[in-house]
Amino acid sequence: MVPTLAGRIQTRLFLLATVGAIITLLIVPVLPGSSGALGDRYVTGFLVLAAVAVLGVAWELVYHFLMQFRWEKDWPTLFGLLTLVPEGLLLYFLLRSGAVDVIDPVPSAAFWTHFTVVWVGVWLVANGPMRVPFIRWRFRGGRVL
Amino acid sequence: MAPPHVPASAGDLTPELLGTSEWSDQLVAAAGIPMYDIPFLTVGGGMGSFVTLDYLRIYGVPASQMRVVSNIDTPWQTYEFLTRCSQIPRSERIRSDSASRPDNIWGFPSYALQETWTDKTPAYLWQLLTEPLLNDYWTPRAGTVFQSLEREAKRIDYWDMLVKGQVRMVRRRAGGGYFTVVTPPEGSAPTKRIIFRSRFVHIAIGYPGLKFLPDLQEFRTKHGDYQHVVNAYEPHEQVYEFLKTRPGTVVIRGGGIVASRVLQRLFDDREKFRLQTQIVHIFRTFVTGSHGPHVWARRKGGDGWAYQGFNYPKSVWGGQLKAQMRRLEGAERAAKYKEMGGTNTPYRRRWQEQMRAGRSGGYYHPVQGTVDRVERGSDGRLVSYVRSSDGIVREPVADYIIDCTGLEADIAEHRIYDDLLRHGGAYRNPVGRLEVERHFEVKGTASGDGVLYASGSATLGGYFPGVDTFLGLQIAAQEIADDLARRGFVRRMGPFRSTSQWFKWAFNSPV
Repeated sequence: MVPTLAGRIQTRLFLLATVGAIITLLIVPVLPGSSGALGDRYVTGFLVLAAVAVLGVAWELVYHFLMQFRWEKDWPTLFGLLTLVPEGLLLYFLLRSGAVDVIDPVPSAAFWTHFTVVWVGVWLVANGPMRVPFIRWRFRGGRVL
Repeated sequence: MAPPHVPASAGDLTPELLGTSEWSDQLVAAAGIPMYDIPFLTVGGGMGSFVTLDYLRIYGVPASQMRVVSNIDTPWQTYEFLTRCSQIPRSERIRSDSASRPDNIWGFPSYALQETWTDKTPAYLWQLLTEPLLNDYWTPRAGTVFQSLEREAKRIDYWDMLVKGQVRMVRRRAGGGYFTVVTPPEGSAPTKRIIFRSRFVHIAIGYPGLKFLPDLQEFRTKHGDYQHVVNAYEPHEQVYEFLKTRPGTVVIRGGGIVASRVLQRLFDDREKFRLQTQIVHIFRTFVTGSHGPHVWARRKGGDGWAYQGFNYPKSVWGGQLKAQMRRLEGAERAAKYKEMGGTNTPYRRRWQEQMRAGRSGGYYHPVQGTVDRVERGSDGRLVSYVRSSDGIVREPVADYIIDCTGLEADIAEHRIYDDLLRHGGAYRNPVGRLEVERHFEVKGTASGDGVLYASGSATLGGYFPGVDTFLGLQIAAQEIADDLARRGFVRRMGPFRSTSQWFKWAFNSPV
């Protein structure tokens, strides 16, 4: 899928809310290094997911701007995977610094495991299976609506 | 399909029919041409017809409601002929994205996943992951495409829908719909023509024809020589065979994918058979580097070529360019086409190596120039008079000239289009081809509750640019299927049907 700006944002929100939420549901109980009541851990897990979504809208604006320098106005598959590094680092430092105080401190191992698995899951779905139920999605720049 | 209304008399077109733009049922009956009713008819029988039928079958239209009229036996026949002539046999890779699968409307699993599985080669996945940054684009083998098409054609009962014949014209019907006049193969029908009466007609007859560079056409006509001056889309194996028997020189004209392919064949043969072939490559536009009006619209290039992965920038099939073009009309649209247009070829590492070796070895000579004329020299060889923009005139002498420009003839050279322009209400778009709606209805041709659609190369210049590509044909087919759903011919396919149909595709069970 070659995205438009609206398509990028919609795809991100949609996939985080579906694939991301399912993965979070499954993975939170087994995240390394986390302790405390499972309910609290779920709250934290979903808040992290929400933070990826909210910050992601800003990130998509940056990606869209950078994409303009590409003749084909495309976004190679590898970019979609590697952008997990800057996005993960930014969120990690924001959480560490306490800038997002609604989210309780998350152990590094738990954060990175959760973040990476969600990211790769969303990326994999966006690169193929998404087209199975949504046949118009790839022709509409990734717009779901 | 309803039984034909068989009349008594001759069964050929009458002057009255030819001269009337809108036909009544009585007029047709009076001519004595057998008439068949079919709700949806597609004309062409190539890739465009196939993907449209594939979509509609998957959306839920029974095979009994649709027919395809064609003079070829399989949807990939013409495509395979052209790719083979232009040096892509089944074992070679075409220039098409991994997820552009005309046999699979979802594009999943992509060809790369399929070939990874069948060839047991995980390296394809690495290439897919790193394209186009660290690797060339992964592209499928022509053979993979044809085999998958055959599987899908069987699955959707393609051959039950096929009617062999040559379509002569499509005319509007008084009261709605269309008449499609078909000349069936000799001896297969009692009359010279048969007619299909349909509410919906789809035209996908491909390229109206090849056009030669004017100087080459002049030479061919003057000398009656169709052996030494050839178009790359014609069979021209004699060129490569000759070069195996003695050293020779070939002039190549054009800077697109076909020129790249022909060059590769010449380089490969040179290496494989230790030949002495000399190659003079004439570019009318010689690209020396990145080019474009501003930093946000600059394409890479060099050594004569403009480089681009596929025949359009990738975002025409779903990204920004597709969204932009959809909103443009008239001159603005033509300007956008011009901005992203121009002949180009992919940057492939193997080709770059071969050309580098050719330049340093002194057997590959790329030059800029326009050719004033081609003449036969005293020794019978071909002399091109090439004028470069810096004023230098070169006169390379060659044994063969291969025209790789792939110029397309005007749409009016095909008589179905010509008839549509004269009688059907169709008109031209800003780049001179058929003007179609965003849903690929040919503008100006509506007939009552009937609709005439077109897809493929004839519709280039419309709201969607990538029309003459696998994915472009599918985009058109999806627009057409959704439009037919709006008109009540079939139900629009939602996520549930799409998913269940995908499983049917995966298990190769009937739709």
